[in-house]
Amino acid sequence: MDLTVIWAGIIGFAIIAYVIMDGFDLGIGILFPLFKVGQDRDTAMNSIAPVWDGNETWLVMGVGGLLAAFPLAYAIILPALYAPMIAMLLGLVFRGVAFEFRWRDPEHRELWDRAFTTGSFIATFAQGIALGALLQGITVEGRAYAGGWWEWLSPFSILTGFGLVVGYALLGACWLNWKTEGGLQRQAVTYAGRLGISLLVVIGIISLATLTLEAQYHNRWLSFPGVLATALVPIATIAVTIFFYRSLRQTKDAQPFFWALALFGLCLIGLGISIWPNVIPARVTIWEAAAPYRSQLFMLIGASIMVPIIVAYTAWSYWVFRGKVGHDGYH
Amino acid sequence: MIEQEWAIILARIQFAFTVSFHFLFPAFSIGLASYLAVLEGLWLKTNKGVYANLYRYWLKIFAVVFAMGVVSGIVMSYQFGTNWSVFSDKAGPVIGPLMAYEVLTAFFLEAGFLGVMLFGINKVGRKLHFVATLAVAVGTFISAFWILSVNSWMQTPVGYEIAANGQFMPGDSWWTIVFNPSFPYRLIHTLLAAYLTTAFAVGAVGAWHLLKDKSNLGARKMFSMAMWMAAIVAPLQVVAGDFHGLNTLEHQPVKVMAIEGHYQSHPEGAPLILFGIPNSKEQRVDYAIEIPKASSLILKHDADAPMAGLDTVPDADEPPVGIVFWAFRIMVGLGMAMVGIGLWSLLARSRKRLYDWTLLHKAAVAMGPSGFIAVLAGWAVTEVGRQPFTIYGVLRTVDSASPLDAPAVAFSLLAFVVVYFAVFGMGIWYLLRLMKKPPEAHEAPPSDAPIRSAGITPAPQVLSGDGVPGDARSGEIV
Repeated sequence: MDLTVIWAGIIGFAIIAYVIMDGFDLGIGILFPLFKVGQDRDTAMNSIAPVWDGNETWLVMGVGGLLAAFPLAYAIILPALYAPMIAMLLGLVFRGVAFEFRWRDPEHRELWDRAFTTGSFIATFAQGIALGALLQGITVEGRAYAGGWWEWLSPFSILTGFGLVVGYALLGACWLNWKTEGGLQRQAVTYAGRLGISLLVVIGIISLATLTLEAQYHNRWLSFPGVLATALVPIATIAVTIFFYRSLRQTKDAQPFFWALALFGLCLIGLGISIWPNVIPARVTIWEAAAPYRSQLFMLIGASIMVPIIVAYTAWSYWVFRGKVGHDGYH
Repeated sequence: MIEQEWAIILARIQFAFTVSFHFLFPAFSIGLASYLAVLEGLWLKTNKGVYANLYRYWLKIFAVVFAMGVVSGIVMSYQFGTNWSVFSDKAGPVIGPLMAYEVLTAFFLEAGFLGVMLFGINKVGRKLHFVATLAVAVGTFISAFWILSVNSWMQTPVGYEIAANGQFMPGDSWWTIVFNPSFPYRLIHTLLAAYLTTAFAVGAVGAWHLLKDKSNLGARKMFSMAMWMAAIVAPLQVVAGDFHGLNTLEHQPVKVMAIEGHYQSHPEGAPLILFGIPNSKEQRVDYAIEIPKASSLILKHDADAPMAGLDTVPDADEPPVGIVFWAFRIMVGLGMAMVGIGLWSLLARSRKRLYDWTLLHKAAVAMGPSGFIAVLAGWAVTEVGRQPFTIYGVLRTVDSASPLDAPAVAFSLLAFVVVYFAVFGMGIWYLLRLMKKPPEAHEAPPSDAPIRSAGITPAPQVLSGDGVPGDARSGEIV
C-alpha cells in the first residue's frame, strides 16, 4: 500500500474534521453582532466555549501533518499564501482570547465581542482566499514558491473568501438552531434559511469559475465518460439543499446542521475531483512532495493509534456538553 | 541581495518576538497545570475547602494563560512554513513527524480535556474532573517532550542522512533522533524552569496577599507551597543547568565560548569572567572581573585544563557573543536569587516566621517575574548561541529562510508587534487583576459566564445587579 496516498487521506481527514468542527464556531463569530447584547450573545458564546480549542487543534493537525508528510508542499504553500496566512493567524488570536477576555472585563465586553467577530471573519475570509489562491495556481520554480507577495489576490480568491464566510456562517446558524432555544433559535433559523440559498448560489459561481482556471479541472469534470460520475456531485448538492430546507421547515434541531455539513462534504469531494493527485493544485503531486518512507511510516504508527483515541475523547467532550445550552447552562 | 539580507533579519526578529511572547505562556501553564492537579488531588484526598478554593482561584488564571498560549502557539506552527520554508522543506522529514506527534499526543489531549476542566465540574463529578485536570497537566508535559526534542535535534542533529535533493532523511532509528544528545538535559532544564517560573509567580501572589492580610488562609497555603518548590527545585535546577552546560560544552563548544566570553584560547586554564563587556571587534572582554582558572575548573573539573576560544573558530561560524554572554548572566543571576529565596524560606519556616516575615514577602513579590525573565534569557542563550545555524553545524540561517520580499516581512512583523502588545498586554493586565484579588473562602468558579458556573445545577441562578451570577453558588463544590 502506498503510504503517500494514505497520508493524503489523513490530511484530507484533518481538513474535513477542521471544517466540520471549527466551521460552526467561526460562523457564530461572524453572526455574533446580529445577536442581542446580553443573554443571547452569552448563550451563543457559551455553546462553543468548551469545544473551540479542540476544534482549532485540527487546523494545527492539518498544517503539522502537511509539514511531516508533504514538507515540500508546506514549504511552497505557506510563503505563497503569506499575507492571508498571517491575517488568519492574527484573526485567530483576536477571537481566541475573546472567549476568556469578554468575561474578565465586562466594561470592555463590547470591544472583545467586536474582536471576536472581526477575528472570526478575517480568519474565515483568509482561509477562503487561501483556497482560491491555491486553486487558481501559484508560481513554483524548483523547490520553492517564486511569485510575489500579492499573487494570491484576485477576484476569484476574493470570491472564495466570501464563499467560505457564507458557508461558515450557515454552519454557525445551524449549530445555534441545534443548541439554543427561544428567540435566539428562531433568529438562527431565519439566518440559516437565507444563508443556505446564498451558499448554493456562491457554490455554483465558484464551481463554474473553477472550470475556467486550469485545463486539468475542465477535463476532470467535463470529459466523457467521467462526466457521468462527476455530474453526480452537482445533482447531490441540489438534493442535499432540498433536504436541508425540508428539515429546516420541519423545525428539526440537529438535522439542518448535518445537511449543511453534507453540503460542505460535497464541496470537498468536488475539490478532490479537481485537484487529485496534486497537493499543490496543478503544480506538485503528492508523490513529488512526499516525505521519505521512514517519516511517513513513523507517523502512521502514531496516527493510527492516536486518531481513534482523539476522536473518542473529543466525542466524549461533546457528549458532556450535549443538549441545549439554555440561559442557565446545559440541561 | 541587500534586500534579501533585510528580509532574513526581519524574519529572525519576527520569529524571536513571536516565540518569546509565546513561551511566556507555556512556561507558566506547564507549571500551573501541575499545580492545579496537585491542588485538586489534595482536595479529593483531604476534602479541605482551602484546596478547592485555591484550585478555582488559579483555574481562572490558568484559563486566560492557556488561551493566550494556544493562539500564540498556532502562530508558531505556521511560521516555520511562512518564514522558514527552505528549512521546513529540508528538515521536514525529520522534525515534521516529531511535531505531528506533539499535535497527536499533546495538543488534542490538552484541548479535549480543557473544556471539561474549565466548565465541567458539575457535569462529570469530582473524580472524572480530576482525570480531566490530570490529562491537561500530562498534555503539557508531552507537548514539552516533543517540541524540546525538535529543538534539541536542531542543536545536536544526529541520526540523519542528506538526500540528493538536499533534504534531511531520517536514518534507521527514530530513537536516536528523538533522544538526541542534548535532549534529556534540555527537557529537564526546561521543565524545572517552568516549575520555578510558576512557583515564583504563585509565591509572589501569595506574598502580596500576606503583606495585606497575614491571616488569609489561601494566601498562606499558596505561599507555603510555592516556597517549598523554590527550596527544592531551585537547587535541583542549578545541578540540572550544570549538566546541561557540560553537555553543551561537549556538543556545541562554540556556544560555551560565547557564554564564557572566551575570545582567546587559554592553554593553561581559562578564567571565569563574572562580568565585563564583550567587545567582538577587538576580540576581548572589556572591564572583565574574572576568577583565574575557574572556568576550566567548572567546565573541565581541572583548573589547568586548556580551553579553546573563539580564535579557533572561523568568524563566519561565530554566534553573536554579547547577547549570549549577557543573557547567560541574567539567567544564572536570577537562578541564584531563586536559590537564595528558597533558603530564606527554609530559615523562615524553621523560625516559624514564614507568614509574617515582611521582608521575605517583599522579596518574593519582587521575584514574581523572575522565572519568566530567566526562561527567556535561557532561550536566548541557547538559540542565539546556535547561530549562525538553524541546524547546528549543518544548515545556516541564511540558507533557511523563505523567498519573501522584505516589505512583506516588515508588514507582518509590525502587525505581530502591534497585535501582541495590544492583545497579550491586555491579557497580562487581566491576569494581574485576577491575581490582585485575594483568594476567598468561597472562590467563584472559573468564569462569571452563566453556563460555566451553572452546569446542570438544578438551583435557580442567583444574579447580581449586572446580570452576572454572583458568588452565591460558589460553595457547591467545596
